[in-house]
Amino acid sequence: MSARQVAVLGVGMHPWGKWGKPFVEYGVHAARAALADAGVAWTDVDLVVGGETVRNGYGGYVAGATFAQALGWNGARVATSYAACATGAQALDTARARILAGLSEVALVVGADTTPKGFLAPNAGERWDDPDWLRFRLLGMTNPAYFALYARRRMDLFGATSEDFAQVKVKNARHGLANPYARYRKEVSVADVLGSAVVSDPLHLLDICATSDGAAAVLVTSTEYAARHGLADSVRIAGISTVTPTFPNTVMDMPNLSTDSSLATGEPERTFKASIGHAAYEEAGVGPADVDVAEVYDLSTALELDWIEDLALCGPGEAEKLLRAGETTIGGRIPVNPSGGLACFGEAVPAQALAQVCELTWQLRGQAEGRQVEGARVGITANQGLFGHGSSVVLTR
Amino acid sequence: MTTTATPAIDGWFTTGPEPALLGSRCTACTTVYFPPAAGFCRNPACAGEQFERVELSRRGTVWSYTDAQYQPPAPYVPATDPYVPFALAAVELPEGLTVLGQVAEGYGVADLRVGAEVELVVETLCADETGERTIWRWKPVVEMGEEADQ
Repeated sequence: MSARQVAVLGVGMHPWGKWGKPFVEYGVHAARAALADAGVAWTDVDLVVGGETVRNGYGGYVAGATFAQALGWNGARVATSYAACATGAQALDTARARILAGLSEVALVVGADTTPKGFLAPNAGERWDDPDWLRFRLLGMTNPAYFALYARRRMDLFGATSEDFAQVKVKNARHGLANPYARYRKEVSVADVLGSAVVSDPLHLLDICATSDGAAAVLVTSTEYAARHGLADSVRIAGISTVTPTFPNTVMDMPNLSTDSSLATGEPERTFKASIGHAAYEEAGVGPADVDVAEVYDLSTALELDWIEDLALCGPGEAEKLLRAGETTIGGRIPVNPSGGLACFGEAVPAQALAQVCELTWQLRGQAEGRQVEGARVGITANQGLFGHGSSVVLTR
Repeated sequence: MTTTATPAIDGWFTTGPEPALLGSRCTACTTVYFPPAAGFCRNPACAGEQFERVELSRRGTVWSYTDAQYQPPAPYVPATDPYVPFALAAVELPEGLTVLGQVAEGYGVADLRVGAEVELVVETLCADETGERTIWRWKPVVEMGEEADQ
């Protein structure tokens, strides 16, 4: 395993929901929870990294300094990250880099969001050079429509069915039942999913994650700091991947209207999503066979199946088999989204990648009450967002 | 199409009886881009800065497809009130890239499958103060013997 590790001493979250309060309140709640979990005083924190989101509707944009001020100026260094859905992981990577460089010792990473209702849509104003604006204007191409393209390919190429997709929701709904931070804590049946309205064929309303308010925070320190405080056996961050695509990016990615052409250069060795996980494994010095638990970005039910393959937890086209055999359920070979995933949380963009890290920390500590993956020692997260952003974090204990 | 019809975006596609998407090709490495690129070639191994305009193939195969059963939010401009759902397809072209588009009027997801052949057409997207605005769309190519009701 890699020696370049940092310690996760504390994690904290604000429950996901539609609370309608300022994001700063959620962020401070999560940050204080992480500090309390670690037993570290706010005044010991020498770096604050905030996850930002870029969307109208805020009374000001999220920044690291927003949280630092709300917690009470303590003179800490500050940084702010934006990486779409990977924002939290990029913020964590910034904290890790300064710690490993010896420039910081105790870093607090915070992501929080207050989301608007309905489809996520671009900012107002005419922007004829912005693909995120053009995809709506020229094509009416919403986020669920992209998720639906991926889902349909699984059906036409691998024989996936709407029942398979619904089964992902059923599983995740069950996983999230006991999670106090989940927004939706209710059993869902296959019939419920198939009976909900079709948003973008083949995806139903219950196949697609909601948008939520929420916050997550992670307190990371040098391993020396952890050892000095008697926490040498704490959960470690063994790898963080924030790689960008390799040209040509030949898979249709949100919010693009087209892919790169492979005609002159040939296909890349890995798709973007596969490269995200690959880089995390490489950095951590572990492989897919070592993974005990995974938290992946189920923006749609079908997308969870894509991620299982992109993380090489099974071969291409085999995720449905794993699902049907119960292997991705808690108690199975490789439980996926024991937190309940986005199916139970809804997406709070700048907080979500950190929420995945919070869950895996609880899992590796054996503290995931009511949803524990027994004996979990290695966990991996994965997500992808707009504009070539994506992340994967490997945690070990 | 009325005489006032104009493309919803300039320089991305031609109109007329055999419309085509307009891409750009790097004169150094021959990589093709759509929407048309300018400035620098995005192939990291290429230092090219010159592009020539090229018409892309009018036919391709469906990479995947879906539809929009709810009216998309602004800046989408609905063509009708009440809203009528439409289908969308991502189409692989012989030039080695995949291009999204709405599916031609009158066709839905039941008319599509991954790997099926489609052809580019230009249809009305919506109307604004300047008149009708047109857009490229993908139309299923009906195989011989399947065109009974055409």
